[in-house]
Parts: sequence; C-alpha cells; structure tokens
Amino acid sequence: MAKRPFLIPGVDKRLLIKDAMKAMPDLTRRRFISGGASLGALTLLTGCDVLDSDRAEEALKKVSKFNDAVQAWMFNPDALAPTFADSAITKPFPFNAYYDLDDAPEVDGKTWKLEVRGLVDNKKSWTLDELYQLPQVKQVTRHICVEGWSAIGSWTGTPLRDFLKLIGADTRAKYVWFQCADKEGYNSPLDMRTALHSQTQMTFKFADEILPRAYGYPMKIRVPTKLGFKNPKYVISMEVTNDYKGGYWEDQGYNSFSGN
Amino acid sequence: MSSLAAADSAAPHEGVKTIQPAWVRTMHWINAFAMILMIMSGWQIYNASPLFDFRFDKSITLGGWLGGALLWHFAAMWILMINGLAYVITGFATGRFRRKLLPITPAGVISDIKAAVTFKLDHEDLSKYNYVQKLLYAGIIVVGVVIVLSGLSIWKPVQLYYLVMLFGDYPTARYVHFICMALICLFLIVHVALALLVPKSLRAMIIGH
Repeated sequence: MAKRPFLIPGVDKRLLIKDAMKAMPDLTRRRFISGGASLGALTLLTGCDVLDSDRAEEALKKVSKFNDAVQAWMFNPDALAPTFADSAITKPFPFNAYYDLDDAPEVDGKTWKLEVRGLVDNKKSWTLDELYQLPQVKQVTRHICVEGWSAIGSWTGTPLRDFLKLIGADTRAKYVWFQCADKEGYNSPLDMRTALHSQTQMTFKFADEILPRAYGYPMKIRVPTKLGFKNPKYVISMEVTNDYKGGYWEDQGYNSFSGN
Repeated sequence: MSSLAAADSAAPHEGVKTIQPAWVRTMHWINAFAMILMIMSGWQIYNASPLFDFRFDKSITLGGWLGGALLWHFAAMWILMINGLAYVITGFATGRFRRKLLPITPAGVISDIKAAVTFKLDHEDLSKYNYVQKLLYAGIIVVGVVIVLSGLSIWKPVQLYYLVMLFGDYPTARYVHFICMALICLFLIVHVALALLVPKSLRAMIIGH
C-alpha cells in the first residue's frame, strides 16, 4: 500500500503548524487555568478534587505576588549582568515573539516618535534622529527568555537613566511603563530601580547595525537583569508613573518581578 | 536537638521499635508531595523550550501552559526548600545521616547488589540500611542539593552569578537541572518498586514501625 503524502509539497511543515496554531483559539495560552492548572493531573493523582480551579488560580497568584515582594527584598537590584566577549555572541540571534517575523510591527523610522508621558518635566516627543544624537554605549550580555532558552547578543544605545535624567523624570516614581507598536498592544512595566540600573538601555543597534525589524526597530528597551519579555521591542511610548499598569505577559500570569 | 536525637531511638510503645521517627516520616511525605508538583510543573516548563527532541505529554504536566506551570513551580518551591533545609539540618544535627548512611564501602555495595538481584537481601532489621539503600539514599540527597543549586542558578543567573559559574554557564545549568530531575525520576521508580516489594518498609514510613 502506497503511503499517502501527508504534507503538501513545498510547504514547510513547521510554518504550517505555526499558522494552524495561530488560527486556534487562544484559550490555553491566555487563560492558563482552563488548561491544566485546573489541577486536572493532580486530581487524577490524588483521586479527589482538592481545590476548584478558580481558588487554585487565586492562591497561585497570591504566592506569585508574595514572590515578587520577596525577590525585590532579597536581591540586589544594582547587581550587574555578566558581559561577554564579541566572540561569544550567538549567531544567528533568535527572533522570538508571540507572532511570526512576517507579522512583526513595521515602524516607519521617519515618522516614528517616542512619546513621553507621566511624571516628567519635559513631555516633548522624540524623533529617531534626535535620539540618535544621544551618547551611546554597547553591551554584550545574555538575553534569557522565560521559556528557558538564552542567547548572547550585542546591543548599543543610550542608558535609560541618562534619558530619564534628561527629560526630568521623577525617579522617585515607582515604574516606567512602556507601550509598543504591536497590533495587540504589547506593554510592560519596569520598576524604577531597574530603569535606573546602569545596564538598562534604550537600544538602537544590534551587533553595531541599526536595530533590525526582528529585534525591535526602531527602539527596544534592553534590560539584561530581567527576563526577555520585560525587554520590550518596537517601543512607541514611555510613561513615568506610580501606578502598576500591568503588562501583556504579566497580566497573563508571568511573575512581574521576573528578574534574573 | 538532643530531644530529636532521643526521639530517633526511643520506643513509642513497649516493645515496638520505631524504625522511622516522626520527623523523618513527616518530612518524607511533604517532600514527596512537593517534589511531584515540582517535577510535573517542571515538565510543562521544559515543554516551552525543550532541550531534547521530545516533549512531555500534557496529561502528566501541571500548569496548562508555561505561565501556569511557573506559578506552580515557584509556589511548590517554598515547600520543597523549607522542608528540604529542615530535613538536611535535622539529618546532620541528630546524627541520623552519619548513623544510617555511613560508611558506604564499595565491597559492601557490590555484595549487597549481588544479594539484591538474587532476592537474597536481608530485610529483617529495617532500622539498618543495606549498602544499596545507603548508596541510593545518600546519592539522592546529593542529587537533591544539586537540583536545588542548578535551579537557583537558572532562576537568578545574574544575582547568583557565582553559582552559575560553578556549573560553567547558564545553558549548562539548565542541562544539569534536567539531568538531576531524570535521576530523581529513576530513583523514584526503583524506590517505589522496592517499597512495594518490601511492604513493611512502606508501613514503617507511614506509621513508624
């Protein structure tokens, strides 16, 4: 019996699966509790439904909040991320997002402006050319994804703390909240102490070249002391605020501290 | 700690010898519970970015997706850490580790393995571990320490940079963490199988004698 060709010739099966996944409802990813935190497996194990899923979710979120506080108290927010030689840079550096590269935001650098809001003296918006005039430094650090993989990259840009000083930000405020050009409106809060960390950077270049679209053109916030999802790409605005405004992944359950 | 040491050998009732003192039993089962949560949520975390060419089936993982699994992992972590620390401290302080697990001699291990595979290993006195048990129990404590250290390394690679250096680098610490998990699972299979083969040892771990 001849085997029926399972795949369509000329179609990359990985991409096919990825596309199919995108067409599927987002429930498992968005609402983890509907998947398996519902104690499904644990119920099987113990033979009884110890907790209903909503209560389990609430309890876990409380522990996560507690973990946020313990980590902030326990660890040195100014600790420096290790730096590496250029030879250690991962090639090719992976593109990673919740969408394919083809769907990544396409920002026009000529019309793009960085909007500055909140507790700052000077709320003027910044063009890319203006930002490029600011002094830049380069760092070769390890990017660590919440998924577990990591890669060493080379990022060049302006230390965020220099920019915050320049715009007269109230550095006693609790957060700097970034918004991105993503269709779904990616955003992420960064605690002020980390925003003022010497390695936290408004990144304009990757590997000495203008930041490509894959890595967040025109501007990414590089935070080597935090997990990758707290390193927003395609940034369009920053707000200095005392309010915790949540974030794309933070709201779905990732621990907001997420410091390395 | 002297009262604990006394409790270790004291008989709760006339003529009934305590094989597993209450603190060992309590910590053993707390650890078993926490470890199963850690392993099952760990498998789900692994699935987000597999180190090898396979993923764990969803039916045996905990958390539903990466975010849920992380919440479980970092909640169960507290139970595992506090219980584990208490166990290691008590184990040393009461002298139980030294008394029960040492010495481990290669000759003793070899002769007891031979006896074990021919089903001639003596289980009369459960308060005395044979060399196979000594090796496995001492070994799994070491693996337990390494899995916690490698776990801390991949959780806080910047803060605990020197710990990461102990393993080489961050990616290596991930592999170490995974390998320790695999060793614990292997241990669990052998451990549970042997406990079922010698049911009175299971009874001793539940009611003490």
